[in-house]
Amino acid sequence: MTDPIVSVRKLVKRYVNGFEALKGVDLDIAEGEILALLGPNGAGKTTLISAICGITTPTEGTITVGGHDTVRDFRAARALIGLVPQEINLEPFEPVASTVAFSRGLFGKPRDPRLIARVLDSLSLGDKATARVRELSGGMKRRVLIAKALSHEPRVLFLDEPTAGVDVELRRGMWEIVADLKRQGVTIILTTHYIEEAEAIADRIAVIDGGRILLVEEKAALMARMGQKVLHVALTSRLETVPETLSSYALSLSEDGHSLIYTYDTRAARTGVVRLLAAIDAAGLQVADVTTRESSLEEIFVGLTRHEPEGNVA
Amino acid sequence: MNLAAIRAIYVFEMQRFFRTLAQSVVSPVLSTSLYFVVFGAAIGSRIETVEGIPYGAFIVPGLIMLTVLTQATSNASFGIYFPKFIGTIDEILSAPLSFIEITIGFVGAAATKALFIGLIILVTAFFFVDLAILHPVWMLIFLILTCVSFALLGFIIGIWADNFEKLQLVPLLVITPLVFLGGSFYSISMLPPAWQTVTLFNPVVYLVSGFRWSFFGEADVAIGLSIAMILIFLALCLGTIWLIFRTGWKLRK
Repeated sequence: MTDPIVSVRKLVKRYVNGFEALKGVDLDIAEGEILALLGPNGAGKTTLISAICGITTPTEGTITVGGHDTVRDFRAARALIGLVPQEINLEPFEPVASTVAFSRGLFGKPRDPRLIARVLDSLSLGDKATARVRELSGGMKRRVLIAKALSHEPRVLFLDEPTAGVDVELRRGMWEIVADLKRQGVTIILTTHYIEEAEAIADRIAVIDGGRILLVEEKAALMARMGQKVLHVALTSRLETVPETLSSYALSLSEDGHSLIYTYDTRAARTGVVRLLAAIDAAGLQVADVTTRESSLEEIFVGLTRHEPEGNVA
Repeated sequence: MNLAAIRAIYVFEMQRFFRTLAQSVVSPVLSTSLYFVVFGAAIGSRIETVEGIPYGAFIVPGLIMLTVLTQATSNASFGIYFPKFIGTIDEILSAPLSFIEITIGFVGAAATKALFIGLIILVTAFFFVDLAILHPVWMLIFLILTCVSFALLGFIIGIWADNFEKLQLVPLLVITPLVFLGGSFYSISMLPPAWQTVTLFNPVVYLVSGFRWSFFGEADVAIGLSIAMILIFLALCLGTIWLIFRTGWKLRK
């Protein structure tokens, strides 16, 4: 990767009570990509984002944003970052446009009512500019949070569970907004525990659990793994080993010896399923049942997070 | 220095104040008017003069101080507590700001509001009593220094408080008694000698005394001492805030 826009090295966050929310995280994020940070509740997603954005002080490790250290050179680093928090944190009595303009000011940018109007329009909030925040629906409030984060034209945008508790239609709207931002060249990091969300919009997927990054991979490569299917052939009799006549197939035997397991690629020209079944029949084995199972991102994810060596403290 | 951010915080806080102007101004003006009626007119008519000053006029500086101290403290404490309470503090902490800008923004706004209310009460006082201000420039200096110092104190309280009770506790249990016992309604010389000594440990005595001097040229303690005490108090508050932000106490997780 050439000069990542965000670079996290050996990041540890240990709370006073000894709980380690982050246990040595390394992560590089390329400019212009969409990275989905996937993990169960309490995995450390929000802590990681908070540390990068300056809300949480890391115990150990370094973070740079656009080449600026987030501690030593925090002004330059933070000026590049927009954060859309998970909780809807908004002043209830403020008019929408003024709370968005406030965010722009906080980040040291000169007043620019036209830019604020443009941001609100792009989020379909144009007609709500003078409305009080508390008059808005939940979905609109979430978009106000995005408008606040975009008001100072950040190069990196963090979205912490942007679609948590949002209905399907709004979720798709949110994905379109994210795709639009990517086209404008904004780097986007979003946390989610919805696998389909990561699948739908991310370029790369990082899986985090128990304060550790378990995997960072191109979505395409993950999808290739997901293209695999597993064929289970249940037999009426129990086998000790895979019969000699079937050795040309990459078969394995289930633990109880009652079924043969065959993994194949659904996108391959020949899956070999028909020939295999014929060969099983020819070997004189009685087939009780045949099932296929698709490996999904969800399965990969569950597999990864279940094999966590230490118990999750949270 | 992120001047745009100071401006943003200051303007935001002032907008809140002007949006609720009626309740921000009416209540202190009303309560002060009641003090004038009760202490100035009703009780004051039985007291001839204090230190040669008619009682109604004598209590004006103390009454202004009472309101200004309370307003500066509560405005600043609420100003920083509210974002903590609703979570918008995260945005402020993630912005490219140092504690200096955050403090100037919030404390500046709270001090301005208190000053504004103090001046309104001063104007109100003219409706009730004959008043002449001997040292108007010093009067303003005292007023501004008091507004800033107690806004700083309020800012500290707002950061410290993690619920609304704590937010009310200090103004109620500390500031109000200090002001009432600080010579707002009487001259310290009217107290028994032992209590006069005790009173000298009350910082508000120096404020009220100095402020009263700027009106009438009469003071309970030397004017230089009054100014020194305000500056010491100011420095203590600034030091505390510097420590809070350096350690991230109660703010950063």
